[in-house]
Amino acid sequence: MAGIPHDHYEPKSGFEKWLDTRLPIVGLLYSTLMIPTPKNLNWWWIWGIVLAFCLVMQIITGIVLVMHYTPHADMAFASIEHIMRNVNGGAVLRYVHMNGASLFFFAVYIHIFRGLFYGSYKAPREITWIIGMLIYLAMMATGFMGYVLPWGQMSFWGATVITGLFGAIPFIGEALQTWLLGGPAVDNATLTRFFSLHYLLPFVIVGLVAIHIWAFHTTGNNNPTGVEVRRGSKAEVQKDTLPFWPYFVIKDLFALVVILALFFAVVGFMPNFLGHPDNYIEANPLSTPAHIVPEWYYLPFYAILRAFTADVWAVQLASFVTAGIIDAKVFGVFAMFGSIAVMAVVPWTDTSSVRSGQYRPMFRWWFYLLVVDFIVLMWCGAQPAEPPYSTIALIGSTYWFAYFLVILPILGVIEKPLPQPKTIEEDFNNHYPSAKTPAE
Amino acid sequence: MIRKLTLSALSALLITTGGALASESGGGHVENVKFSFDGPFGKYDQSQLQRGLQVYTEVCSACHGLKYVPLRTLSDLGYNDAQVRAYAAQYEVFDAELDDFREALPTDNFPAGSLENAPDLSMMAKARAGFHGPYGLGINQFFKGMGGPEYIVAVLTAYTGEEVEMAGSTFYENNIFPGGQIAMSQPLFGEDVEYADGHSNDLHHEAEDVAAFLMWAAEPKLSARKHVGFMGVFFLGILAVLLYLTNKRLWAPIKGKEQT
Repeated sequence: MAGIPHDHYEPKSGFEKWLDTRLPIVGLLYSTLMIPTPKNLNWWWIWGIVLAFCLVMQIITGIVLVMHYTPHADMAFASIEHIMRNVNGGAVLRYVHMNGASLFFFAVYIHIFRGLFYGSYKAPREITWIIGMLIYLAMMATGFMGYVLPWGQMSFWGATVITGLFGAIPFIGEALQTWLLGGPAVDNATLTRFFSLHYLLPFVIVGLVAIHIWAFHTTGNNNPTGVEVRRGSKAEVQKDTLPFWPYFVIKDLFALVVILALFFAVVGFMPNFLGHPDNYIEANPLSTPAHIVPEWYYLPFYAILRAFTADVWAVQLASFVTAGIIDAKVFGVFAMFGSIAVMAVVPWTDTSSVRSGQYRPMFRWWFYLLVVDFIVLMWCGAQPAEPPYSTIALIGSTYWFAYFLVILPILGVIEKPLPQPKTIEEDFNNHYPSAKTPAE
Repeated sequence: MIRKLTLSALSALLITTGGALASESGGGHVENVKFSFDGPFGKYDQSQLQRGLQVYTEVCSACHGLKYVPLRTLSDLGYNDAQVRAYAAQYEVFDAELDDFREALPTDNFPAGSLENAPDLSMMAKARAGFHGPYGLGINQFFKGMGGPEYIVAVLTAYTGEEVEMAGSTFYENNIFPGGQIAMSQPLFGEDVEYADGHSNDLHHEAEDVAAFLMWAAEPKLSARKHVGFMGVFFLGILAVLLYLTNKRLWAPIKGKEQT
C-alpha cells in the first residue's frame, strides 16, 4: 500500500510466485497485516477490532436466525418464539444477536468519540471519517429495521414513529413515507421490505468497512499524540511504529476477549435489560403503547428530534420565514439528521492545527462536556417529552450543535496549544523511560 | 492499562443503563420477591413450577391461554411422558387436517384463551417490568432484574375489593395495575387450589407459584442461557488472562522492561 514505507511480501516458492503473478492476494494480506502502526496507541484504539468482530458476529448469527424466521406480519412474532423455544440453541443465538446490536453501537460510540478527541478526522483522514459516518448511518438503518422484525409492540410503533419522520418532510413527505412503507401504514409490506434491507445492508457495511480500512491504511493510523509517523525511510518508520501483527493483534485480542466476557455476562444473566418489555407483546395496530421509546442507541438523536417544539424561538422563526412550511415537526427532523451531518463535517469546522486533544487545554473541557451532553441527551430521550426533560433536551441539543458549529471553529483561533512531542518515538520513550528502539 | 480498561467498562455501564427505560407502570410500588431463579446461578424450582401449573390450570386457564408454549415442554417441570400426555388430553384443539376438534397431544401448544380481552400469558412475565428507575437510569433493574414475575405477584395481591361501573363494564380496583382499575375480577383469594405436596396455599404463595410458572412459560431456556453465560465468562476470562500475559511478554522488550 501507499503511504508509510514498509516491507513487502516476497514470493519464495514456485507456487507462491505462480500465484503472485496472477493474483497478488497473499501480498495484499501481508501488507494489511504487517502495516506499520504507531507504537504509542493506547487502549482507546481497540474498539475498531471490537466493531469488526461485532459485524461478523451479527452477520453469522443473523444468517442462522433467518433460517428459522418467517417474515410475515401474521407469523413473524410466533416465529421468534419458535426460535426461542424449539430451535436448538435458538434462545442464546437470538439473545446474542439482540444484545450484539447493543455492543455494536456501544463500541461505535466510543470509537467515534475517540476520533473526536484525538482529532482522527483531521487531514489527511477526512475520507476515513466520512466513510465512518456512512457506516454509522447504515448501522442505524440496519439496527432500526432489525428491531422491527420481531413484530412486537415497540417494533410496530417504533416503525410507525420513525417512518412518520419522513412523512414530515415538506412537499414530498407523504409520498415518500408511503413509498417507504409500501402502503398507507406499517403492515406486511413494510415488514418484508425491512427484512430484505436488514439482510442487505450489513453487506453494504462490509464494503464500507473495507474502504474505511483501506483509507486509514493509506494515511496510516492516527495516534494519541496526533503527531505523524516519520516516513523518510524504513529505518525512521521503525522508530515510530511496530507491525500490526503480532503487537497490536495480540493487544486488541486481549481487549476484545475482556469485552466479550462482559458481553456474555449480559447475554447469559440479563439479556432483556437493554430491551423493552412491550416487545414481548405482539404488534397491535389498535393499541398504542403509553410511551414509544426507541432502542437506547438512538435515544440521543430521538431527544434532539423532540427537543425543538413549537414554543422554541428558532422554530418559530423558521416557521415564519418559510411561511409555515417548516413547522416544529419538520424542524425536529432536520435537527436530528443535522446533528449527524454536523459531526460529518467536523474535519472542516475544526480550525485548530493541533490534532490531539491532549495538547489542547481548552478544547479538552468542551469535549468532555460533549460526552456528558451525549449521555444526558440519551437519558432525556427515554423520558416523556415534558418539562423539565424537554428543557434539558433543548439545552443539550443546542450544545451539540454549538460544539461543532461555533465552539470548534473559535477554539482553533483563540486556543494556545501545549507543546507536542516531536516524534512518536519521543512520546513512547517518555512513557517507558527504559525503552530502546529495537531497530538500533 | 487495567485502570483504563476498567474505565472503558465503567463508562460502558454508565451509557447502557440509559437503556433500561423508564416507562412507568403507573401503579403502586412492586415488592421484590425472592425467587429461586434470581441471580446468575438461580434455577427454577420444579415443585414450585408444578404448583404454579396447577394454579394456572385450575384458575387462569378459564380465560387466558398460553398459545406459544408447547405442551411437550412440560417435561421441564419434572413430568414423564405419560403425565404430559394425560395433561394435554384435557384440552381440545382444532386440527386443520381433520377439520374438527380433537384432544390435544404433547406436540400441540397450550390452547389460546377463551376470552377475547384476556391477554395471552405466554410471555407475560417478560412483557411487564416491575422495577424502574430511579430517574430512568435502570439501576433497580440492573440489581433486581426486570421484575416481570414480581409485577404479576403484585397485581394478583393488590385487589382492594372495590368495584367500579364504567360504560357498562365492571372494573376492579387494583393498586398496582396502571390506572388503578383492571377488567379482570380478583382471580385468587387464597386456598383456591389444594396443593398435592401440602404446600401453603395462601394468596401470596399461590401468586408467587403462578408467577414462577409464568416466568418459566416466558423463558423456558433460562438455565441453558445462564449456563452459556457462565461458560462464556469463565472461558473468556481464562483466555483473557493468557492473552494478557502473552501481550505483556510480547511488549516487554519494546517497553524496555524485564521479561518475566
